[in-house]
Amino acid sequence: MLFVRCKECGAKLSASRCFEFKLAVNNLPDEELLSYGHRACSGCGAIIAVRLALKASGRDVIVVQPTGCMEVVTTPYPETSWKVPYIHVAFENAGAVASGVWRALKVLGKKTKVLVIGGDGGTVDIGLQALSGALERGENITYICYDNEAYMNTGVQRSGATPFGAVTTTSPAGKLSFGEDRPKKDMPHIVASHNVPYVATASVGYPMDYVEKVKKALSVEGPSYIHVLTPCPTGWGFDSSKSIELGKLAVDTGMWILYEIENGVEKINYIPTKRKPVVEYLKAQRRFRHLSDDIISKIQEEVDRVWERILKST
Amino acid sequence: MVLESYLNFFKKMVYSDVNKTGGWRTFKPIYDHDRCIKCGTCWLVCPEGCVVRREGFFQPNYDYCKGCGICANECPANAIEMVLEEK
Amino acid sequence: MRDIVEGSRAVAEAVKLCRAKVISAYPITPQTHIVEYLAEFVANGELDAEFVRVESEHSALSVCVGASATGVRTFTATSSQGLALMFEVLFIASGLRLPIVMVNANRALSAPISIWNDQSDSTAVRDCGWIQVYVETNQEALDSVIQAYKVAEKVLLPFMVCMDGFVLTHTYEPVDIPDQRLVDDYLPEYDPPIKLDPENPVTIGPIADPNYYMEFKLVQDEAMNEAKRVLKDEDEKFGEIFGRRYGLIEEYGTDDADVVLVTMGSLAGTIKDVVDRMREKGKNVGLVRVRLYRPFPKDEIVRALKDFEVIGVIEKDNCFGFGGGALFHDVRSALYGKSNAKVIGFVAGLGGRDIPYWDIEKAYEMCYEARVKEVPDVVWIGVRDWFRR
Repeated sequence: MLFVRCKECGAKLSASRCFEFKLAVNNLPDEELLSYGHRACSGCGAIIAVRLALKASGRDVIVVQPTGCMEVVTTPYPETSWKVPYIHVAFENAGAVASGVWRALKVLGKKTKVLVIGGDGGTVDIGLQALSGALERGENITYICYDNEAYMNTGVQRSGATPFGAVTTTSPAGKLSFGEDRPKKDMPHIVASHNVPYVATASVGYPMDYVEKVKKALSVEGPSYIHVLTPCPTGWGFDSSKSIELGKLAVDTGMWILYEIENGVEKINYIPTKRKPVVEYLKAQRRFRHLSDDIISKIQEEVDRVWERILKST
Repeated sequence: MVLESYLNFFKKMVYSDVNKTGGWRTFKPIYDHDRCIKCGTCWLVCPEGCVVRREGFFQPNYDYCKGCGICANECPANAIEMVLEEK
Repeated sequence: MRDIVEGSRAVAEAVKLCRAKVISAYPITPQTHIVEYLAEFVANGELDAEFVRVESEHSALSVCVGASATGVRTFTATSSQGLALMFEVLFIASGLRLPIVMVNANRALSAPISIWNDQSDSTAVRDCGWIQVYVETNQEALDSVIQAYKVAEKVLLPFMVCMDGFVLTHTYEPVDIPDQRLVDDYLPEYDPPIKLDPENPVTIGPIADPNYYMEFKLVQDEAMNEAKRVLKDEDEKFGEIFGRRYGLIEEYGTDDADVVLVTMGSLAGTIKDVVDRMREKGKNVGLVRVRLYRPFPKDEIVRALKDFEVIGVIEKDNCFGFGGGALFHDVRSALYGKSNAKVIGFVAGLGGRDIPYWDIEKAYEMCYEARVKEVPDVVWIGVRDWFRR
């Protein structure tokens, strides 16, 4: 059971008041394998994803990380926030480095898990080849892509994961442009087409769902992949207190779909009974605030279209 | 000797808790323990992992709390208030 | 055991003897046979290793980095474009102090694309922090791979064994394949002081700001310098156990030579023949073969060359924008202030252009001329003029 369904109030997801949710949270280990004192922005969504991933993995893990926000904020020599073994090599080769780590563990007869935690830039763009190779070879690694939808560490430049209409420094809004004019690369399906046992999407707005998915991914033999939405207050332009709220809103408006693909079979985890209008999500972020009603309608239409297809097939 | 220097690079590494990020704050979360329903949400979502959880009692570690306000925003019992910190 | 094998096979046998545990490589002519033999050994159970069929050379070396950091012995091989593609990872492997061993089958760099032998690929990365050795024969390639692991694991630096593509990789020569027990004695199991292990968590590859970065590089530099002494010692120990030693440089007919050529790799073999021929005709010529190229054996080069009037450095690469090859510049630089020798740079054999004995004789002749008159600093040998018409 992935979502905590409150029997009392009937709320579908992470109803914070409900007993089962409380139980699930209290069952997570106390130990912080990611030390505080790191340099993540106040309210950073991605660091929540990292911290929770380690709650799911426990100590017997080796973390491989490509260059990015998380790497830079957690390893400024001589400080490190990692209380588990960790290696950073370069920007585009996390998939390959992780393969090497796993093969070595195999040689040594160890069962330690290999966990890659990489940003959208280092995964869907420059890191795509190495990841694709690792997936195709069936390496026993778990790859978590924390998606803040741009190259945040270098100053908010667009990536292949930047959504339609978003403003970034390389897709600015101006007289001739409204921002990012290309749709988001559908990374989870690209991964799934490599015949891997487990692919899932998640959002830090639904943290327990994410944690359960990470646990599942780690338990799978072979490559597993989780694509988690991690709102970025600095890059998206919203108050630092809203990171979780926006992560939830993305799902509740239907703009971010929570699903799993297990051995090629896709299952939507959550179908909102009444999707909130996308304008609620868009207007809450400075990166979308400039959008004309025209473009917002286009976005709403596209979301509606996608969900119509989903509802038809279920 | 050369190997020693290389090993020293590792010996000199310290955990990031030497960096007291509490100094970053403008607002400080104040926890009302009477209103708290002990759901654990604040502990779960804190980006710093600095909410201390002990026997159903939750309290932020102010040495590291950056004052992001996520715990206050997410608390279902409205038991956390962000207060401007006087320095 | 003696056998007649192509250079690729000799190298594969050495990797097998060294019990490499993770092998990861991407095919590129003329390295392909090396990895094909290794794949066969693994498939037959002759070599107990993980063979990772990566999707690019950049990933090939990255896999080795991950595996080596986890504490196992690794191997990769490449050439030319492949070496160029793994460029950034070369620096990282050295900076992370991982004793990865690579065989580079020397091949010309594009463009134009060429699959044939020259030394431009590995000389282009001479400053990346890898120990570099250039071998003359298949036997030396085999032996150097074994020495490479020993030295690399002692100084914690990656080691590149460079062998001429096709000329050595695809040419059959008699070799002695050492006994496994002797190799096991010479090369103990790899046990690094730092590795990725949940029992002892470490952070590898941090970001180092200007307050720290430079010292990492200083220590890396010291380790490189240390590698010279270590290779010398290990080569001697190798000689005692296996009966073959190579030294850092090799001198052939230099005792009473008038002029001398300096080179790296299999070309030395041809030059040795020319030396013999010319000496029969009364011309006292000599050869110095540089085996250890990085770290550069400055002292040995100075001792061997300083008293010559004219030195010709003949190599298969060119430094565009300055003229003359990498070895030429290094020899000149090493001799600076220590010798009055005139050093001439000969660029030959680019893109696999054959270097026949008469071109080498020409080079020697030019060296003789240089004793009495002005000759250019840099001379390209064996060029034809088909393009000028």
